[in-house]
Amino acid sequence: MTTAAMAPPAIASSDATSGQARDRVFWGVLMLAPYLLVFAVMVVYPVAYGLWLGLNWQSYKALFADPIFVRTLVNTVVFLFIAVNLKFLMALFLSGFFVQQRAWVRFMLVLFILPWAVPSIPTILSFRVMLNPENGMINQQLFHWFGIVEGPGWLTDPTLAFASSILVHIWKSLPFWTLILVTGRLAIAQDLYEAASVDGANKWQQFRFITWPSLATLYVTSTLLSMIWTLGDFNSVYLLTGGGPGDLNHVLATLGIRYMRNNNLDLGIASIICAMPLILPMVWFMVKRLSKGAE
Amino acid sequence: MKKVLDEGKLILIAIPVLIWTLLPIYHLFVLSISTQESMLAGKLWPEKPTLQNFQIVFNQQHYYLTNFWLQLFNSFLIAIATGLLTLFIATCAAFAISRLKAPGGRSIMNFALATYLIPAAFLAIPMYKAMGTFGLLNTRVALILAMVALASPYAIWVLKQASDKLPKELDEAAIMDGANSLQLFRLVYLPLMKPSMVVIGIYALLLAWNEYLYAFLLLSSERAVPLAVGLGLFLSADDAPWNLLMTAGLIYAIPPAVIYYGFRKNMVTGLTAGAVKS
Repeated sequence: MTTAAMAPPAIASSDATSGQARDRVFWGVLMLAPYLLVFAVMVVYPVAYGLWLGLNWQSYKALFADPIFVRTLVNTVVFLFIAVNLKFLMALFLSGFFVQQRAWVRFMLVLFILPWAVPSIPTILSFRVMLNPENGMINQQLFHWFGIVEGPGWLTDPTLAFASSILVHIWKSLPFWTLILVTGRLAIAQDLYEAASVDGANKWQQFRFITWPSLATLYVTSTLLSMIWTLGDFNSVYLLTGGGPGDLNHVLATLGIRYMRNNNLDLGIASIICAMPLILPMVWFMVKRLSKGAE
Repeated sequence: MKKVLDEGKLILIAIPVLIWTLLPIYHLFVLSISTQESMLAGKLWPEKPTLQNFQIVFNQQHYYLTNFWLQLFNSFLIAIATGLLTLFIATCAAFAISRLKAPGGRSIMNFALATYLIPAAFLAIPMYKAMGTFGLLNTRVALILAMVALASPYAIWVLKQASDKLPKELDEAAIMDGANSLQLFRLVYLPLMKPSMVVIGIYALLLAWNEYLYAFLLLSSERAVPLAVGLGLFLSADDAPWNLLMTAGLIYAIPPAVIYYGFRKNMVTGLTAGAVKS
């Protein structure tokens, strides 16, 4: 670097510059190529192929004739609404807790991240055993401490089973979003709070007039992204209840894959395409948001 | 006095949060040291804690676990291959977009992020069909490619942002010295990008290690599946030995937890930097 700075200014001939430019374009295109290849083969092609298969009108007729599908659509909307809102209210509250600058709180954050850091399969199956109505730890402990002989049918009662899968979904994804909101809160200038408390603002007013306005954009963007990911969450429902009892608790993610595994790919694809009215507005909004963020 | 009160309030929040977070993980651990009988009693702590389950798992002495070591090896293979391949693809792409200003680079990057806007379970179905067409179903290559496709957009996004922060003067100086683009990449870019690259490699590795759905769809033979799917095979059984399953699950959960904690500081800053930019 220093030698370059001390060297006499190079008189770049136009030949050399255009050679450099060509070199840049050549390597630029070449180095983008591996990703483009993966993207084309693994994302663009499957999606296009799926859409093409989805043109078969007959499969939609069959789909809506299936009572399980209609129930699944309702489940999906309910799941999405409850899971995402509950998760973000919890994350918003907990981010206020974890943003505290205390050694023990910071240590607790390390533990709090565990559900997100470890794989779904052991932990969700652990929930499954724990919530077993007969010999699961929860109902056994209810019996032991409170003498409840027949504890709730966490996985056998349809409503409770559905609630349990929402709970598992939140357990798994809460740490990530809490962390995102903590990062958002850390970006707020501390002197705003100091000035506010000098002016006599209480905790609620500080939240209402400083924290929330600064966090709102991040909160909305995160909520949207979380909705998309929640819609694609297969694990929480499949590993906990398998969509049961009695196929009553499927969401689109598990039902589409159930159709596919039963060698009914057409129905699988059709059920995805039925999710489009849910996905498209979110995607449109997200793309707008993200491209604005990139500026 | 007010200080004590504040601390008390925080502790009142902390206790339920800790129970909520750790109970399933604690339960996983308890089952792994329980015998079949004490497991069925649903105790908070087993009557006779035992390490026997670990012995059974390590020696593959149960018909559900006959491929334990092979499946664990598959998990390692898939995760490491995904990490390395994603790193290669994303580093090259970020360099092309950020430093070489490759034509169309920016729009490609924005377009790539659309991968995240397709819910995972929905992309999986057509991808399964496509893999059938390519003749890759039930090969580990299929899963590795799928995971690379899923990890790359975010990897490129984060690496590109890190790359934009490198001073332009370095490139200019190297070009003055007569370096071509490839030399610029090797001698200037790679050394400076190392910290971000470590974060991204680990991100992709963890993503692949923790994946269940794509592995479950794309692979079927017991000898090709990673441990996650191997453990999922228990699900169809009525007489599943849950304590053995949990033992194997605990072993499976340890590597990502250790890796995550080893790189925690870098991970949190590296990954949230990409997410919180709005």
